[in-house]
Amino acid sequence: MSEHLLDMQSLIGGYGGNDILKGASLTVAQNEIVVIVGPNGAGKSTLMKSAFGLVKIRQGAVIFQGEDITNMRPDLVVRRGMSFVPQEKNVFPSMTVQENLEMGAYLRKDGGAAQQMERIFEIFPRLKERRKQAAGSMSGGERQMVAMGRALMLDPKLILLDEPTAGLSPLFIEQTFERIVEINKLGIGVLMVEQNAKQALEIAHRGYVLAMGRNRFEDTGAGLLANREIAEMFLGG
Amino acid sequence: MDVTDLLQLAIYGVVLGSILTLGAIGVSLLFGILRFSNFAHGDIMTLGAYAAFAVVSTLHAPVWLALPVGMIAGALVSVAADQLVYRRLRRTQPVILLISSFGMALIIRSLVQLVWGPQDRSFVKGIDMPMHFGDLMVSPQQLWILGGTIVIVIAVHLFLTRTRMGKAMRAMSDNMDLARVTGIDAEKVIVWTWALGGALAAAAGVFLALDTRLTPMMGWSALLPIFAAAILGGFGKPYGAIVGGMIIGVASEMSTAVLPPAYKPATAFAVMVIMLVVKPNGLLGARR
Repeated sequence: MSEHLLDMQSLIGGYGGNDILKGASLTVAQNEIVVIVGPNGAGKSTLMKSAFGLVKIRQGAVIFQGEDITNMRPDLVVRRGMSFVPQEKNVFPSMTVQENLEMGAYLRKDGGAAQQMERIFEIFPRLKERRKQAAGSMSGGERQMVAMGRALMLDPKLILLDEPTAGLSPLFIEQTFERIVEINKLGIGVLMVEQNAKQALEIAHRGYVLAMGRNRFEDTGAGLLANREIAEMFLGG
Repeated sequence: MDVTDLLQLAIYGVVLGSILTLGAIGVSLLFGILRFSNFAHGDIMTLGAYAAFAVVSTLHAPVWLALPVGMIAGALVSVAADQLVYRRLRRTQPVILLISSFGMALIIRSLVQLVWGPQDRSFVKGIDMPMHFGDLMVSPQQLWILGGTIVIVIAVHLFLTRTRMGKAMRAMSDNMDLARVTGIDAEKVIVWTWALGGALAAAAGVFLALDTRLTPMMGWSALLPIFAAAILGGFGKPYGAIVGGMIIGVASEMSTAVLPPAYKPATAFAVMVIMLVVKPNGLLGARR
């Protein structure tokens, strides 16, 4: 039994055909923000998705809160307290903001959905204003809020974010990172893949640099930012 | 051909449109969630109509009481067809699923013929006198069809917007992958979608039989205009199906003002083809 919230051990696997992950490992502790960075095609998203049963793992193990969840179906992983926000198509476009959030609580049987929704409206006041609006008619930044709100409805222990700032304007990028810190302060672990590596590492407790499906570096966020070699190779100087 | 005649045709069109709408909502819901054009939908209509007919003829129950029985039969047979056949083929190519639904259509139609025989039957014996509103005529059956459709469409709307299962159906139709990672039990939602689609098809079948007659071919012949209605409204959009059904129904009936009645299905298709050329995603269809 490890003290990690999430423990991914030497994963080998992919989407069928060639392996994308070639022995990558990663841990997330309770309440930690962890960022995966690295060049295109390094397997960053694949590594994160493998925690959620979306990647076929041939070797290695994914342990979540002490339980082996390797290759477990996503709807069963969700029940165990992990939520996933995909990079694209991460809202139900024809449904209102409120309905999107309700869907996030689909599994919830304890009647705490309304309370949780209020808590999410506190983090994202914008969503409260727009609760009756169809999610598909919102801007990219607002949709990202809806998607994160949806993922928080089950009050998860860990939230996975796949490039949460992709395609957003600089203002929204900053706001999104602020919200992620806020979410983390609620006691929710965050694992994310980010292209805006510098900004992401600034808010991260720890970071992993992935290359060719393997771990390349691993350090605190500040440590990776201070590392010359990494800066030159992966963070654009 | 004067204004009264055109209005009369419009009334017939709305009645036909009601029937097409009920059929098209089911087709559209199923397509939205499973990306599957169900060719057995028309024969589920037939089966529902005959099941209701069995209740009417053996228990001498009124049609409105037999309607729910027919709808339950339609729902059960649809769910059974899915669980026995379609579910196993869901991961294969779409064309295999399509052909299997052709097979299912033949099986259901044959069963109907086996049980009730190939001859025409009718819910109402003798002739019901139509009611006159000025120069316009409406039969009591047509009023039942209109009223029944309005009630059912409102019920479907409330189901889709107010209930957990209804919202989950819309979510699955919007984005299947996201629904799964959100924790929605896809298989359960699929079963409920078949049940709803089958029940609506059966209702359409009962209404069609009420307006015309029961024949083993009745649903099959209605299938193509129903697909036209679903496509016109934007395939996969249940609300579009309502608009599509009405437009196809009214256009088909109005066309008899200038064309022989045999061209009604052709009119439905002409409307659909024009739609596909002008707005390929349908009236309410979103960009893909």
